[in-house]
Amino acid sequence: MTATVPLSAYLILSAALFVIGVAGVLIRRNVLVIFMAIELMLNAVNLTFVAFARFLRSMDGQIIVLFVMAVAAAEVAVGLAIIIALYRNKESANVDEINLLKG
Amino acid sequence: MIWLIPVIPLAGSLVVGLIGRRMPRMLVAVIACGAATCSLMLSAMSFARLLLLPVEGRQLRASLGSWIASGDFSVSFGFLFDPLSAIMALVVCGVGLLIHIYSIGYMTEDRDYPRFFALLNLFLAEMLILVLADNYLLLFVGWEGVGLCSYLLIGFWFERPAAASAGTKAFLVNRIGDGAIVVGLIWMILLFGSLDFRSVLMDAPTVLAYGSVTASILTLLLFIGATGKSAQLPLYVWLPDAMEGPTPVSALIHAATMVTAGVYLIARSAPLFQLAPLSLDIVAWIGGLTALYAASIALVQTDIKRIIAYSTISQLGYMFLGLGVGAYAAGVFHLMTHAFFKALLFLSAGSVIHALAGEQDMRRMGGLRKYLRVTAWSFLVGALANAGIVPFAGFWSKDEILAAAYASGHWPLWAIGCLTALGTGLYMFRLYFLTFEGRSRLDAHTLGHIHEAPWSMRLPLVLLALGSATVGFVGVPPGSGRLQQFLGQVFPVSAHEVAIEPSVEAVLAVTALAMAIGGIVVAYRYYLVDPHRPETLAARYPTLYRTLFHKYWIDELYDAAVVRPTVNAARTLSEVFDARMVDGTVNGVAALVNRIGSLLRRLQTGQVPAYVLSIVVGAVVLLGYLAFSG
Repeated sequence: MTATVPLSAYLILSAALFVIGVAGVLIRRNVLVIFMAIELMLNAVNLTFVAFARFLRSMDGQIIVLFVMAVAAAEVAVGLAIIIALYRNKESANVDEINLLKG
Repeated sequence: MIWLIPVIPLAGSLVVGLIGRRMPRMLVAVIACGAATCSLMLSAMSFARLLLLPVEGRQLRASLGSWIASGDFSVSFGFLFDPLSAIMALVVCGVGLLIHIYSIGYMTEDRDYPRFFALLNLFLAEMLILVLADNYLLLFVGWEGVGLCSYLLIGFWFERPAAASAGTKAFLVNRIGDGAIVVGLIWMILLFGSLDFRSVLMDAPTVLAYGSVTASILTLLLFIGATGKSAQLPLYVWLPDAMEGPTPVSALIHAATMVTAGVYLIARSAPLFQLAPLSLDIVAWIGGLTALYAASIALVQTDIKRIIAYSTISQLGYMFLGLGVGAYAAGVFHLMTHAFFKALLFLSAGSVIHALAGEQDMRRMGGLRKYLRVTAWSFLVGALANAGIVPFAGFWSKDEILAAAYASGHWPLWAIGCLTALGTGLYMFRLYFLTFEGRSRLDAHTLGHIHEAPWSMRLPLVLLALGSATVGFVGVPPGSGRLQQFLGQVFPVSAHEVAIEPSVEAVLAVTALAMAIGGIVVAYRYYLVDPHRPETLAARYPTLYRTLFHKYWIDELYDAAVVRPTVNAARTLSEVFDARMVDGTVNGVAALVNRIGSLLRRLQTGQVPAYVLSIVVGAVVLLGYLAFSG
């Protein structure tokens, strides 16, 4: 444990990544990019888990991270399928044009 | 076995009603008349069995099982065949069968032949349930059943608006009386815990005190029901209009059988009425006044069926007069004779209408005896019986009622009855002379088509004429004839019943007879010898004539006092309460939800980033709250 990086640095980095992800979801219009921004948010959370696991010397956080990665893999598969289906129907990947559920 | 008496016509009605349209007409007639014949034979056999029993145990019972069983209270599908039921069943089946046969000829040309016979059979079944029931509830089932059949048969030619509205009128007016009966029956359950004739009538003297208010009100409720069904003041208004139905229906339902149901109800409840002297007086007075009132209207009407209808109301009044003075057997005796001669009069009138292709106005008849010999003779017999001329049936029964009225001290009622006898002779023979005698007032076209009825119509006429001439002798000598002895065990010994000197009785009978003959003589002089005299008389007393001709404006009065306020109230309710308040509340709630929804739907943009933004804002607010709230 020489020249340790303090926990706060990990958390700040994680928060920064998460905010970038949120901003990406909110600002970008391309569905694929929004999808990638969501992945960024997930990984920001993963980083927090790992950092805390290390800090607390507990394995729980690392196990959760493995779960998150597994879920994320499944989510990518489903999400990409939805995006392809959308594109085939709409000839577009712009979220502004996808509003079939408008009330 | 006695339960078969009503069940056979019921089965006949089902068969004819359901598959009659696919049968040949002959088969329909055979099934319907066959069912009536079976009931008549079964009634006659039961009657014979009854006669073989010792006098004090003369009743047959049968039960088709329990109907209602609730705690101590129970009602069964039970039938009772005692002397009173026997007389009623024989009259209903006998007259009913003759009218079934008559209808074969009368309804030949009607395309709804099977429906007519199905309804006739259904009526017969309901009427037999009414007279054979051994409890008030089953009696009420028959009571409502005959009311339904009456409605359906009055409106048989429902394409005619007059017939349809007459059916509705009959049904609605009867509802008033039936409502009173329902209240009476419920009260009877509370008082006696039973509706069985045996227990109610046996317990009556212990449960109800003589002359008590309870007894009076209970019996009056039953009597209100009877005034509806039996067309007495003030609920008689439906019966004249009921003449819109086919003539056999008028004969069967509105003369011989159904309208006597009220008389039967009161005769059956005699032990109850015996405890309520006030009710008996009211019954007697309503009966007497109705008799006189209806006879006075009959004097000036011109439609032959309507005259006979008013005559029916008048004769029913006599029956109630008899019941009211405690002469129950005399009332039932008159019921029986009346069934014969009134059915005869209606069927003869129907034969005339049939011969003249639907003409019912006496002013366009006259001199028909030459063309319709059988009809004219049988009508004459019916008219003599109705007017109460010795020795025809009506004389004996009417004489007994009047004698009982006098003997019980109701001499004003006796006087009213005698006055009515005068009116009866007058209107009956006015009808006879204007229709069958004198100069013919027919137009040439009708005269060419005139024809005597077929045998199926003539046979019942002849049989009923024989009955009307002779059936009165079962009640001779007055007061102790075979009929009175037979019925004696059913009725309580009347408190009013006073022995009457034979000489006094003879004087009474001769007085009533003289009144009736006086009426006939007046009719002869006015309508046959000098046909213009009635017109000059009418011109001299215009107010009286118009009052009678318009039936005392009672229909107009009821229309203004009851019908129109009811209709207006219903319209107000439908237009103000229903359309504005009920519908307004429902529509208002719907409109409010709609408005809120149209505001809220703006939140649903359908765009994913907008939802994400709201999640983020929510998360930030939540985090901020958690962070700063301590």
